[in-house]
Amino acid sequence: MGYLGILGALITLTGALFILFAAVGLLRMPDIYNRIQAGTKATTLGSMLTLLGIGLIHPAWLLKIALLIIFVFVSNPVSSHVLGRAAHHIRVPLSSRTVKDQLAESESSSTNEQEVSE
Amino acid sequence: MKIKGIIVVFFVLLAIWLILNGTADMPVVLIGAGLSLFLSLVLCSKCSVFNEIRISFRALVYTFMYLGVFISELVKSNFDVARRVLSPALPINPGIVKAETRLKSRMGRMILANSITLTPGTFTIDVIGDTFYIHCVHIEGDDTEKYAQSIVRKFEKYLEVLYG
Repeated sequence: MGYLGILGALITLTGALFILFAAVGLLRMPDIYNRIQAGTKATTLGSMLTLLGIGLIHPAWLLKIALLIIFVFVSNPVSSHVLGRAAHHIRVPLSSRTVKDQLAESESSSTNEQEVSE
Repeated sequence: MKIKGIIVVFFVLLAIWLILNGTADMPVVLIGAGLSLFLSLVLCSKCSVFNEIRISFRALVYTFMYLGVFISELVKSNFDVARRVLSPALPINPGIVKAETRLKSRMGRMILANSITLTPGTFTIDVIGDTFYIHCVHIEGDDTEKYAQSIVRKFEKYLEVLYG
């Protein structure tokens, strides 16, 4: 294993660390929305770094790794968006620390307000 | 005019095929080209989403600028969420805020919503009309409108050039 291998191992370790933080977040966050935030997002930087590190250890795989990263990038936000949207639709309660829920506000006040942005 | 969409999908499919096969042998390339052509014709004959991609030099430059902004935001917000999760007091201030978007194309909106979702600390819960409803782990400051707009604007100015 040359320098590239050691660098790859370090990058993979960093990625694993981010996934560990996400696991801690999954346990500590108060409600489903914050858990989605902490949990599913680790796949962005965490798995990106893990895959990139593996790619550096085996440079022949780099292109396929790039393809894997793109697939994670495309599928990950869609799944967490769908989970969050479904949770809000069936009215999973937000935690008591939530300060604002403008989606519920605009759903109850039947779209009478014409807001001008900017 | 669906020709552009078919061409874009054809080249994307062909690139994926070639990367997965890992060779440039003639039979492999020909089978891939045939399959990509067939699939792009079948998939894109009724779908116009890919026509919204603009292909120009300016778009290429903005793609790289967008990727740069996106990756720096990704790293910054990952550290931010890690710090919040690890600190004993759990300093979060969650809430759902709304933000208007200026983007009109479906492709641009999809990429904007996905960028917001991929950046930790914020994720798009719903899109109704022009309004994005975004869940944030920590709403900063008292002015929620301004904060919500700032999330959207970060990516919007690049996507506006790319997809309109």
